[in-house]
Amino acid sequence: MVSFTLNEKRVSVSADQATPLLWVIRDHVGLTGTKYGCGAGLCGACTVHINGKAQRSCQIPAASVEGAKVVTIEGLSPDNSHPLQKAWIAEQVAQCGYCQTGQIMKAAELLAENPKPNRDQIVQHMDGNICRCGTYHRIIAAVERASREG
Amino acid sequence: MTINIKTPELSRRQVLAGIGGLSFYVAMGANGLRLTSAAAATDNAQKITPWVRIAPNGAITILTAGAEMGQGSMTSLPLIVAEEMDADWSKVTLEWAPAEVETYGYRAGGGRSMSITGSRAVQGYFADLRNVGAQVRKVLLINAAEKWGVDPASLKTEPSVVINPANGQRLSYGEIAGFGKIPEQLPTVDKSELKPKEQFRLIGKSIQRYDIPAKVNGSAQYSIDVRLPDMVYATTLHSPVHEGEPESWNDDAVKAMPGVVATVKLAKGVAVVAERFEQATAARDALKVVWKKSKAAGYNSERALMEDYVKVHADPAAKRTPVDTKGDANASFASAAKLYKAEYRSDYGYHAQMEPLNAVARFNQAGDHVEVWDGTQAPDRCRADVAKTLGFKLEQVTVNQCYMGGGFGRRSLSDYTGEAALVAREVRRPVKLIWTREEDLAHGAFRPQSFQCLEAATDASGKVAGWRHCVVGDGGGLVTGGMKIPYYAVANQQIEQRGVSHGIRLKHWRAVAHVFNVFAIESFVDEMAAQEGMDPIEFRIQRMAMIPRAAKCFETVARMCDWKAKRPDGRALGISISERSGSLGAGVAEISLDQNAGKIRVHKVWLAVDGGIIVTPDAARANIESGILYGLSSVLHERVTIKDGVVQQSNFHDYNLMRMSDLPELMQVSFIDRDAPPSGLGEIGNPFIAAAVANGFYKLTGKRLRHMPFTPERVKEALKA
Repeated sequence: MVSFTLNEKRVSVSADQATPLLWVIRDHVGLTGTKYGCGAGLCGACTVHINGKAQRSCQIPAASVEGAKVVTIEGLSPDNSHPLQKAWIAEQVAQCGYCQTGQIMKAAELLAENPKPNRDQIVQHMDGNICRCGTYHRIIAAVERASREG
Repeated sequence: MTINIKTPELSRRQVLAGIGGLSFYVAMGANGLRLTSAAAATDNAQKITPWVRIAPNGAITILTAGAEMGQGSMTSLPLIVAEEMDADWSKVTLEWAPAEVETYGYRAGGGRSMSITGSRAVQGYFADLRNVGAQVRKVLLINAAEKWGVDPASLKTEPSVVINPANGQRLSYGEIAGFGKIPEQLPTVDKSELKPKEQFRLIGKSIQRYDIPAKVNGSAQYSIDVRLPDMVYATTLHSPVHEGEPESWNDDAVKAMPGVVATVKLAKGVAVVAERFEQATAARDALKVVWKKSKAAGYNSERALMEDYVKVHADPAAKRTPVDTKGDANASFASAAKLYKAEYRSDYGYHAQMEPLNAVARFNQAGDHVEVWDGTQAPDRCRADVAKTLGFKLEQVTVNQCYMGGGFGRRSLSDYTGEAALVAREVRRPVKLIWTREEDLAHGAFRPQSFQCLEAATDASGKVAGWRHCVVGDGGGLVTGGMKIPYYAVANQQIEQRGVSHGIRLKHWRAVAHVFNVFAIESFVDEMAAQEGMDPIEFRIQRMAMIPRAAKCFETVARMCDWKAKRPDGRALGISISERSGSLGAGVAEISLDQNAGKIRVHKVWLAVDGGIIVTPDAARANIESGILYGLSSVLHERVTIKDGVVQQSNFHDYNLMRMSDLPELMQVSFIDRDAPPSGLGEIGNPFIAAAVANGFYKLTGKRLRHMPFTPERVKEALKA
């Protein structure tokens, strides 16, 4: 049994201690906005926040989030109202969209730390998140827009 | 605006029940898709879903046959209907068209297809959907005219409203749907009655894509997100040597593992089924399978490409398959004033779509009907693949379309969906089958590797009179696409393939063969221009008989990048052109080079595209930019190698994809304004880029890159040459 706070709700699941948090969130709890891309911490599609830090949930054993605060894309805002979500729509970022929830969670960490990042800082922060459709330039534009419009 | 594609449990017939208003059925006739009567539609063996429905409250539902993998055609296809209907787009809801190819397919080579491949969605449906939309509008006009006792020809429409200009009377489409009827004699539409381009309200305008809001909050449903009651999870281990059949495995040990429900023998692999996915993957990792020997055993891709293909090319007895022949190439070479020759190579490529392949399957109680959830580029093919795997008839299979986390040609083959169905039948429970990333790569279906030899002959005036292009590679049409050069009217051409066969799984890959054939063709043209000391654009115009449409693309892109202007120190431009799915695109790359690291950096890319009418310009631009970066990624990084029959790469640490830090600072795509039917755009971005980069590299260093991808090792090798 592992207990933690997920999107401000207390959850307890009977997953094995070693089960990656990704599958706890997707299958045991049933929130599917967090995606499986590589299972090896290489692509960032599974990015969630653990105690405010962006982490790759495919690499986090369930046991290690005992008592932690976990936030997924579903907890970022109830209604697409987070500045990044609004900017993502305004810049028409997503194509296939599969990596985008991870991208947004990673970008949210950046803006929380640095509300006015420059382009280099955005690239450096986001470089670990792969987008196979190549929406990188629109991601940069959306982060800049969110930073500007708040 | 909502999209009714999220709830897997939602039955379309339930949705339809109880909805009043007007339903417009469509059937394929001799002249294309046309409205048909409800009676004729329901007379069909297959019950069909109306393509357009208008509810008395004004809500409009339009089916979309545009399988969505990020390219945007789920939005652009119904937009074409809405344009000719003169519908208020804000009142439109989309639903996936069912996987009934005879009803919902586009015309393709005498038959029908729902396959969203080769950038064909808008191209394939454009004319038919305009007609359907215009017919719907006429039905609305007829109903309003009857009510008002006037001639329908005297009426006009504005978005979702019929207007009588004589007295200002108005009837909304919803109001008409409340009382209207579909006339027995369905109106026909003459081509001249379609909207002229200048009157478009939706086409060519800034319309946002439907799917994006759901893709920023995690609610967009991919097949991997489908959850059914009592569902179990499966994952697979396929033969590490492609196409090997499983002979035996440690079944008892695997079945004794926590949560494991079953193991299932597949044609070319073993599936393990468990209560949880993490249990299934643990069991997969514990599998020890004895595989039967298959053709690919012992295959070494690098040896084949570097040695064997050269021998096949040199072998006069090798079987040659002509791809295009014009004039008398041999004669033009015999009488040549000057000869040119060059060779190029390209490695295997993997799709690397972000969502690993997966599908969900569920049987009915009787076991004679299966429902599958798949993000598929070809719902009709998915249905056929699943039926074939199970020995079912088509009507025993229902396909529920989902979003695709990338397709790039891989998702027009539903081998994994057939596996999910087989497993579900075996375990008698709903199954979600997911290939791990490692499986997705090891058991990939690749863009083939290839060897190219190009030769040209010029006449006394210096014009290219003879052209020979031979490709050596596996996969038939998968290595010959893009070999033809419709943009150069060279009089004598001999274009051919020499086939080899390795038993490696191959598949379409965003523009497939265009990628390496255009690399070879456009590098070769650049080599000739350089040898003649001519500007590459001038050379094409003066010596290659370039057609005017192509010249226009070059003129446009030259203006965009200020072609003749001096570049900053350490930078150079390379130029190239490609044709794909009826579109033409001439592009330029500005590059620099870190000589010590052997790393090429692409700073700027400009592309001028002639693609006819552009239905959704922003989405089209995004799609082309995506093509450019997909192409750049494969040009700079991506390679699959096979040793002793086994794929050497396993995940994104050794199959490198382009990341944000590789992004060019500028990408500019420009559309040439031409009032012609739309042609394909999803794959016009990637074929030109390899040669544009390689030609820029030559300009910068005086050296040629002849083997894709241009990895640091190859760049350093080229510099030493």
